[in-house]
Amino acid sequence: MSKTKDKARGKGPSVGTSVPRAEGVEKVTGAALYVDDLSFPDMIHGRTIRSTIPRGRVLSVERDPEFDWSGFTWVDHRDLPAAGKNVVAMIVEDQPFLVVDRVNHREEPIALLAHADKERLADGLAHVKVVYEAEPAVLDFESATEVIKQIAITKGDVDAALAGAEIIVEGTYRTGHQEQLYIECNGMIALPEREGDPRGVTVYGSLQCPYYVVRALSVLFGLPSELVRVVQTTTGGGFGGKEEYPSILAGHAALLARKAGRPVKMIYDRVEDLLATTKRHPSIVTHRTAMTRDGKMLGVDIDVRLDGGAYLTLSPVVLSRACIHALGPYAVEHVRIRGRVIKTNTPPNGAFRGFGAPQSQFAAECHMDEIAARLGIDPIALRRQNLIALGGVTATGQTLKESVSSEDVLDRALARHGLGKSDKKGKKSKDTKDKKAKKNNLPSPLPSGGKLRGTGLAVFFHGSGFTGGGEVKLASKAGLELTPRGVKVLVGSTEIGQGTRTMLAQIVADTLGLPYEMIETVEPDTARVPDSGPTVASRTCMIVGRILQRAAVHLLEELGNPVGARAFAAAAERRLAASAEPLRVVETYVKPGEIIWSDETYQGDAYGAFAWGCNIADVEIDPVTYEVRCTRMTAVIDIGRAIHPILAEGQIEGGTLQAIGWALYEDITMRDGKMSNATLTNYIIPTTLDTPPIDVEIVENPYSGGPFGAKGVGECPVDGPAAAIVNAIRAATGLGLRQIPVTPERMMAALDAQQIVKAG
Amino acid sequence: MAIDLKVNGVRHSVDVPPLKRLLDTLREDLGLTGTKEGCGEGECGACTVLIDGAPVNACLVPTCQVEGSKVTTIEGIERLGDGKHLAALQQAFLECGGAQCGICTPGMIVAASSLPADASLEDIRQGLAGNLCRCTGYTKIYAAVQQALAQAKATKKKSGKGKKK
Repeated sequence: MSKTKDKARGKGPSVGTSVPRAEGVEKVTGAALYVDDLSFPDMIHGRTIRSTIPRGRVLSVERDPEFDWSGFTWVDHRDLPAAGKNVVAMIVEDQPFLVVDRVNHREEPIALLAHADKERLADGLAHVKVVYEAEPAVLDFESATEVIKQIAITKGDVDAALAGAEIIVEGTYRTGHQEQLYIECNGMIALPEREGDPRGVTVYGSLQCPYYVVRALSVLFGLPSELVRVVQTTTGGGFGGKEEYPSILAGHAALLARKAGRPVKMIYDRVEDLLATTKRHPSIVTHRTAMTRDGKMLGVDIDVRLDGGAYLTLSPVVLSRACIHALGPYAVEHVRIRGRVIKTNTPPNGAFRGFGAPQSQFAAECHMDEIAARLGIDPIALRRQNLIALGGVTATGQTLKESVSSEDVLDRALARHGLGKSDKKGKKSKDTKDKKAKKNNLPSPLPSGGKLRGTGLAVFFHGSGFTGGGEVKLASKAGLELTPRGVKVLVGSTEIGQGTRTMLAQIVADTLGLPYEMIETVEPDTARVPDSGPTVASRTCMIVGRILQRAAVHLLEELGNPVGARAFAAAAERRLAASAEPLRVVETYVKPGEIIWSDETYQGDAYGAFAWGCNIADVEIDPVTYEVRCTRMTAVIDIGRAIHPILAEGQIEGGTLQAIGWALYEDITMRDGKMSNATLTNYIIPTTLDTPPIDVEIVENPYSGGPFGAKGVGECPVDGPAAAIVNAIRAATGLGLRQIPVTPERMMAALDAQQIVKAG
Repeated sequence: MAIDLKVNGVRHSVDVPPLKRLLDTLREDLGLTGTKEGCGEGECGACTVLIDGAPVNACLVPTCQVEGSKVTTIEGIERLGDGKHLAALQQAFLECGGAQCGICTPGMIVAASSLPADASLEDIRQGLAGNLCRCTGYTKIYAAVQQALAQAKATKKKSGKGKKK
C-alpha cells in the first residue's frame, strides 16, 4: 500500500532523509532575527541590580541623590502588582522575582533599572547602593545538610543482599557545576500591552518553553493567561538553560515595561549570564554494590545528592531523573536508591541537558570499572554479565517490553572501535592477570617522556519524555491547519537548534503522504499555537511528533482520506472553498498502552521508552603537563528511528562534546557563593582544537509508541562520555579518579600521590 | 565624530564615538544584525568580520580603527553568490548540518571564508579555533567547509577551462 502511495506522490517519504532545515537559509545568511536583533518604537533598555552577599537582610536600597535620575525607570518589590504574587511559578512557591528583604544567594535580583541610553543606564547602576545585614551562609555543598527534596526507590531487599555478598565495592563520585553556555545569552523584550490591550503584556524572547513564561507572567501580574502573549524569537541555543530561567527575565522586563509604559529590552551580557543563571547541579553519588566474586551484581545501594542552590526551581524533577537512571542499564534484583536535593546559598541550579541522568550515570559507569578492577575481571565482561535485556525489570519495577538495545549498542561500539574483540560471552580477557597485578602493586611507572594512553567505555540509557505520569498531567496539545498551500503545523514546541520544525514537518508530511515542502510551521507565539508542553526531556519528537501524527490522520479523515499530494490538494481546495472557517485539527496527548506509575512509591513505568548508548573513549595523558586529551570518542546510540539523520547525528555529536567539556575542561569555581571565573576567558568550553573525532553510529530499534518508531535523542548522548573518559584514564594509569572535571591540577595531584605511594 | 567605513562594498559615514565597538556600529548604526555578540571579550568569535580580508572579533575593534578599511560581514558573504543562490559556504552549511541554533553561524562562515583554498582538515580546525559552537561538536562544520572548498576548487577548474577556450 505504501508503495502506491509513494508513486501517487511522485516522491519518496521524507522521514529518514535529511531534507533542508526549515529555517536554515535565514541562519546561514545572518537574516534570522534573535531577540537582540529586534527593536520596537520607543524601546528602552533594562538592567538588574543584584545582591552582593550570599545571605542576609536588605536594610536599604539607596539611589545617589546627587545623580540625575531623570529618564530612568525604577522597579523594586514595592512596584509588584497587588493582584499578583512575587513568586516565580515553578514547582513550589519559594523564589521571588525581586527580593523583599531577605537575600538567599549572590546575584539575587533586588531591583530593576531602565533607560533609553545604555551608557546612562550603566552610569545609573553605578549610583545604586544596597545596604545589607549579612548573615551566615551555607556555601559548601559537601557539608550542607538542609534537605529540600528527597525521594527513594526500593526494589527487593538490598540490606540482605549486602549482608550475603562475597564482596562489597564502595565508591563516591563527584561532578561539578556546568554552564549550558548557549552562545546567545538570555534576553527578552517586554511590551506593556497585548495586541493593543493595555491590561495585557507581551514578551518576545530567547526561550524553550513559551507556556512556562505565560504561567509565570500570569501569576506575577494576577492576569488571566489570555492577556499574556509570549513569542519565541530565534533562539541561539538552550540546553535547558532557557527552560525555567526565562520566566524570571520575562517577569523583570514586563515589570519595567508596565511601569515605563514602553517596550523594554533586557539582554544579559556573558558575565551576568554566567553569574546569575542556572547551572547543572553538582552531585555527590555513593554506590555500595553487593557482588559475587565472578561478577554478578546482587544488590546496589545508591545515595544521590544534588546541590540545589538557594531555591528549588526544577530540582525535584532533576533528582527524580537522576535517581531513576542511577543504577545504569543493569538488571539487579535488590536496589535502593535514595536521593536528596541539598540547599546552599548559591545561585539556584536547574535544567541542563540530561537533567540529572549524566551525573548519576557518571557515577554508575565509573563504579562498574571500579568493581571490575576490584574483582580482577574485564570491565566489558562485567557489563555483559549484568546488562538489562528485553523483559528485564528496572529499579522502579518497569518491565522492558520493547526497543531495548543495551547489548546491541555495546557490540556495535566495540566493533566500530575495535576494542576487546575477544571478550564476547563474558570470557575474561587475557590481561586479567595484569589487571590483578595493577590492583595489588599499583601500575607500572610512567613511560619516560611518552604519553600515557588508555581506552575506556560506558554503557547508558535515557528515558524519553516526562517521567511516569508527567505526560498525562501535561496533556500536551498540537495541531494542524489546512492552508491553500498545504498544511501548517501548530505547536508550542520550540526550535532551539535541534531541528524541531524540520523534524515535525517530516513526520506530518509522511503521515499525510505529502511532500515535505507542503508543510510549514507557525511561529511559536502563544496567541497562535497550543500548549504542546515544554521543549525539554527529549520529548518533542517522540511525544509531540506522535500527537501531530494523530492530528494528521484526523485531518486526512476530515478531507475524505485523499491519497497523495494531488488528491490532497484537490480535497483541500474543495474544503477551503466550501467554508470560510479554517480547518484546524488539534489533538491531545494519549497515553500509549499501559503506563502505570506511582509518584508516592516511585514504582512503575518510568518512561514509555529508553534510548540506549555506548561510548568508547581513547585518552592521552601528558605526563609533563598533566593535560588529559580525548583523542577519539565512539558514540553508538539507539534512538528508535532517525527522522532526519543529519539532525540526529548533530544532536549526538553536540551532546557528546558537551559531555567531553564537562569531563575535562568546564570547571566552575565558586568563591563566597559567587562564580569566580565568569568569563569565557577562564570558563573553558571545547574549541575545535579540543575536539576529538567523534565517531557516531545511530541504531534504529523502533518503539511502537513513537512516530515512525522514534524515541528521544537530545539528552542520551550526554550521559556516557564523562565516565568513558575517566575509565580510559584508569586504563592508562591504573588510577580510579572519582571526580570531574579532570583538570591538569586534579590529574597532577592523583599521579603525584601515586608516585609518592610507590616511592614510599 | 564622522567615521568613513566601507562595509560589504558600500561606503558609509557614521557619526559615532570613535571608541564605539565596531560590533555595535555595524548592528546599531548600519542595521547589519547578522554579526552576533556571544561574549564581548573576544573569546567566542560570534562577531567575526573580515577587515581587509582578515578575520577579527568586531567586539574588540573600536570603530575609528577601521576608517578607510574594507569590512566584510555575513551580509557581504551572501553577496558573493549571484544574489539568487547562497554562497557556496552557506549552501554547504545548510546541506551538511553546519548550522543548528545558528548564533555562531555568521561568525563561523565569515571565519571560514578566509581559509586558504587548499585548506586541509587540520587547517580548518586551526582556522576556526577562535569560533565557539555549542551545538554541533564541530564535526558537521568541518564537513560543510570541506564541501565548500571542494566545490570552489571544482568551479575554478571549470571556469579556468572556460577562459582558455
